[in-house]
Amino acid sequence: MAPAVPSSLALSLHDAVALSGRFPLLAGVDLEVATGETVLIEGPNGAGKTSLLRLCAGLVAPASGRVAVLGLDPVRHRTALRRRVGFLAHASHLYDDLTVRENVRFAVRAAGGSTDRIPAACERLGLVGRLLRTSASKLSAGQRRRVALAVLVARSPELWLLDEPHAGLDASARTLLGQLITEASAGGATVVVASHEANLVEPLAHRAVTITGGRVTSERIIRAVGEPAGEPVCDRAEPTPAPEAESVIHVA
Amino acid sequence: MWRDTLLMVGKDLRIEARSRVALSQVAPFGVIALVLFAFALGPDRSPMAKAAPGLFWVAVLFSSVLAIQRSVSVESVDGARDGLRLSGLDPAGVFLGKTAAVAVQLLILEAILGVGVVLLYGARMNSVWLAVVACIAGTIGLAAAGTLYGALSAGMRVRETLLPFLLLPVVAPVLLAGTRIWQSALAGGIPSQGTPWVRLLIVFDAVYLALGVVVFGPIQESA
Repeated sequence: MAPAVPSSLALSLHDAVALSGRFPLLAGVDLEVATGETVLIEGPNGAGKTSLLRLCAGLVAPASGRVAVLGLDPVRHRTALRRRVGFLAHASHLYDDLTVRENVRFAVRAAGGSTDRIPAACERLGLVGRLLRTSASKLSAGQRRRVALAVLVARSPELWLLDEPHAGLDASARTLLGQLITEASAGGATVVVASHEANLVEPLAHRAVTITGGRVTSERIIRAVGEPAGEPVCDRAEPTPAPEAESVIHVA
Repeated sequence: MWRDTLLMVGKDLRIEARSRVALSQVAPFGVIALVLFAFALGPDRSPMAKAAPGLFWVAVLFSSVLAIQRSVSVESVDGARDGLRLSGLDPAGVFLGKTAAVAVQLLILEAILGVGVVLLYGARMNSVWLAVVACIAGTIGLAAAGTLYGALSAGMRVRETLLPFLLLPVVAPVLLAGTRIWQSALAGGIPSQGTPWVRLLIVFDAVYLALGVVVFGPIQESA
């Protein structure tokens, strides 16, 4: 199985078009994301942010264009790819009749992950004690989000796709999410975050990409890959690209 | 694939053990169907005993639609179907696991309905093992075909009404063969009388298990 793109690129999309019936979800996206990079995806409602993440997770097949995720074709190498990708979607993918512990265990085992990391991941997300034995149907939206995050942390995927990850989370969980993203990035994972809450994600991101009408309309460098999070190297209004990242800047 | 199968069976049976939908809703539905058939046939037990094999299998078929719909609906809540796809589980393993979980529930249901047939219709089981063979072979086919058509209808808004429409005509061979074998079992006939029908059920099982293993993945992706 030869990789379709160099392994230094976690995501490589060229003129990627995705359709839902005849309705265009993505209308020719060009985007490259380097391994280890954290990218914020911005854009108005219906711009194609979620569709882009679903395309990267292999949940939506490209109608045309070239797409490679972690060097793999997301359609042909679907199963192999999905075990390396973690997708925090709008839905939490929980079974209401299973407990928190059972849900996390099933999700991690299904993805081929090790169950050894589950206790630490649950503890990190505050899923301890009686909460672990609570049926998912009794959880609040924020708690369901925490469970989904615990699955992600326990799986420790190479590519994190986060769709509005702050939705439903309280202040402490939002802070924790920031830490998790920073740690994942520091550990070499690539993180792509679609969010309307740029103020929360920007300090963690290397780059911000704006999508409008199913296309990438602008990009700006926030800091160079490798620089510590929380220290933006450029002003938001007048972006100054870092030298090593200049090649990825593209304004459609 | 087998690891994924076991994982899915365990998950679906655990969900069933918690929700008790099969015991509290599907089995009572099957029993009510048997009682209504008894009302329709009148107080004379002779026609009831004669019709018992067919009525048993019709009750099983109708109840199986509920069990399969439940199996499908479990994956419809909170994006669970997407969760399964994202997990990278082998689709063949998912299909076999869900089929096995439905089959276990249907076998328990058939045991309850079998007792119901004896008590309500006065049917006498002369060859229990033949009836058991019919139940096992018929159930595998029902569960496999049901899981397959359940997945086909899963992504549609009208899945509740579409599933019986798709499934019931397709599983007619199970009704026919199961009824013939049970007629032999109730009459205490020699086993060879039921053999061709058992063969038909085994072929039906093999076809739908093979079909499910091959096409469940594409169906799951397009649902």
